[in-house]
Amino acid sequence: MLACHPEKKLSFNRSISDGDLVIVYEKHESMKAVTVCEGSVLQNRFGVFKHSDWIGKQFGSKVFSSKGGFVYLLAPTPELWTLVLNHRTQILYIADISFVITYLEIVPGCVVLESGTGSGSLTTSLARAVAPSGHVNTFDFHEQRAESARADFEKTGLSSLVTVKVRDIQGEGFPDDFTGMADSVFLDLPQPWLTIPSAAKVLRHDGTLCSFSPCIEQVQRTCETLRTRFTDIRTFEVLLRTYEVREEKMQSLSGDGDDSNGSVPRKRRQCSDGSYLVSGSPSISSVMARPCGEARGHTGYLTFARVKCVS
Amino acid sequence: MREGNSNNGRVTWEGCSVLLDINDGDRLVFARLSPAAKLKIGNKNCSLQPLIGRAFGTVFQVDTSSDGPCLSPAQVNVNNAEEIGDGQGNDELRDKVNVNSADEVRDGAVNVESRDNRALVDNNTAQSLTGEDIEAMRRQGARGNEIIEALIANSATFEKKTSFSQEKYRLKKQKKYAPKVLMRRPVARSICEAYFKKYPSKIGFLRVDTLSLLLSMANVSSNSDILVVDMIGGLLTGAVAERLGGTGFVCNSYFGQAPCSMDIVRIFNLSDEICKRILRSPISDLLSPKESSEQTLQHDVCNVEGQSNDQISASASMVEISHSSENGISDIATDNTEPVIRKAPKAGERAQKEVIDLWKENGFSSLIFAAPELDTWTVVKDLLPLLANSAPFAIYHQYLQPLATCMHNLQLGKMAVGLQISEPWLREYQVHNARYLCHFHIIVAKLYNFFEVLQLLKLFLWYKIQITPSL
Repeated sequence: MLACHPEKKLSFNRSISDGDLVIVYEKHESMKAVTVCEGSVLQNRFGVFKHSDWIGKQFGSKVFSSKGGFVYLLAPTPELWTLVLNHRTQILYIADISFVITYLEIVPGCVVLESGTGSGSLTTSLARAVAPSGHVNTFDFHEQRAESARADFEKTGLSSLVTVKVRDIQGEGFPDDFTGMADSVFLDLPQPWLTIPSAAKVLRHDGTLCSFSPCIEQVQRTCETLRTRFTDIRTFEVLLRTYEVREEKMQSLSGDGDDSNGSVPRKRRQCSDGSYLVSGSPSISSVMARPCGEARGHTGYLTFARVKCVS
Repeated sequence: MREGNSNNGRVTWEGCSVLLDINDGDRLVFARLSPAAKLKIGNKNCSLQPLIGRAFGTVFQVDTSSDGPCLSPAQVNVNNAEEIGDGQGNDELRDKVNVNSADEVRDGAVNVESRDNRALVDNNTAQSLTGEDIEAMRRQGARGNEIIEALIANSATFEKKTSFSQEKYRLKKQKKYAPKVLMRRPVARSICEAYFKKYPSKIGFLRVDTLSLLLSMANVSSNSDILVVDMIGGLLTGAVAERLGGTGFVCNSYFGQAPCSMDIVRIFNLSDEICKRILRSPISDLLSPKESSEQTLQHDVCNVEGQSNDQISASASMVEISHSSENGISDIATDNTEPVIRKAPKAGERAQKEVIDLWKENGFSSLIFAAPELDTWTVVKDLLPLLANSAPFAIYHQYLQPLATCMHNLQLGKMAVGLQISEPWLREYQVHNARYLCHFHIIVAKLYNFFEVLQLLKLFLWYKIQITPSL
């Protein structure tokens, strides 16, 4: 997924080869991760697609099925991965993820500790941020989930950047060998306050912490515990609102109607998912945007803090 | 593994750039540390020398030494009960209940307070200490805290104030008589927040959560070649370079022959290795067919440009972002004659033909566009062919309409999939302490929802996955 190896870097000269992970894009919000395998086929509502047809094509190509249906083959990114991965748990989405990375000040070379691993949605973005020289150590107490996460990181080519361990961080804290080693800690636990003393221990000077909790009661206890060893404690909620864009026809009072602003003389309505509605009546038309009807609501509170400076 | 002057450096060095947060964000100053650099706090000129070799995150206070005022690391923080409690090493939360914490005060004001402002008369006689008295105290070497205590003792009305209002009084006096200076690491987060707070127009009103989204959506990762159009002062270029960590390239492209300002890049403590990865190129060079011969003339232009940039970086050793100054930015305490000991590494060399050819051959890994002054659609349309197929791109604008037009045209031209306009929304919460509320027998469930809405600006962004235009 990442361009750590020059031959994996996205380029006009790079084509899809056997064993590559591709994101099959059917339509907006309808995507699937597929590992290309010479003799294999992909079957969906658009028909049967032979993987062998894909090999040698560039990422971004439109490929056709036996009955003429088509999909696009995209190169995987952490953002696309978040949309296609298997949900073993609730996952973090792009707005929260991107904010966490910047606010924790994660840059290449950082050592990050995460608990729990869950479905590995955030882990994938953490790995991208610390690459090529940093490392993400992620912990989950659920053996099977950790195993699935490991398999996913293998699939996405991140296993050299991520170590998945089975451990009950809330009960046992982070392992002692990380003392003073971590640049950042991310907690997504039901009782994060239990882990905060351990987090303070593993963090380097000026290191950053983030705790994700859906309920304000959890945030409250967390903040209370944080105040002893941490400073710069701030709690946020981040949401995304999406807009749909349409070209709408409007009648003008002067009545001369047709195409006075030089746009296409037919009504063409578009949604952000790319579907079209076309009708034939001529009129003045202009491109307009409005908020989409439904947006993802509350996900969780993000509480950030920084280890107190003892000078 | 880490160099002392790398972005991960946690201790300052001479020539290092720092963000000074004076009195909890009242003033934010970007400074470059040198023995000669001075910062004016109140009416005192303090040398920044004591800040060199100190850990980021250290809080300094103004002390009086034999050579006049100087900055020294604060031992215990005045008037911030929370920090006092911790400064004394009280790890036990229970101990803190006894401390006169701001939270407790606030609850007290709401619940059990019987004092109010009925006795206050605004006739300027409440304070019996005169300006001369205070000056005299200072001459005798009184510290800020002592002056504050004296002011309180001599205030006829202090005791009659609510505890909440007492806290406010202390805070006001602390800011004046015992200012504190927090030294922060200048990284994408702190730089973006500082500019957004004090001088948002310089960065095109780009809020930190939006900047984060741009970096994520454009898949900025090591070894990538990122094309940026940055007309927001260099914040975007710096943030991308920080994420690349000295691998790949960030190509800061511009229209015409004059590159856009990249002043903010110098505020980041980017290592030489990272600075080398920031290149500039006119968009015309990127768009011209690969065979075109490079004009040597342009290189000369570039060198002149580079020199003038150096001059700027040498003289702008300190930049303050403030509400008050007219243009929002001013140079203070600048000493032009002082030789620069360790110059900020030069970022933004002009991209050489070989590199440009490589970009043309492989395509850029992604594009981030943040240029409020350019026509979004026409520029994006020209730049998209420069991206490798399937490359993501992210476009920022503070207004919705340019993005709507751009998205509409991309859809009509079937140039991209996964198009989306998103508006990030960020709210900061004030989290109060449940323990204190319980202490006063209040129903917790009703009271912890004291939220503070800080920012609800409209900001827009969208991103697409490019597909081969010919297909």
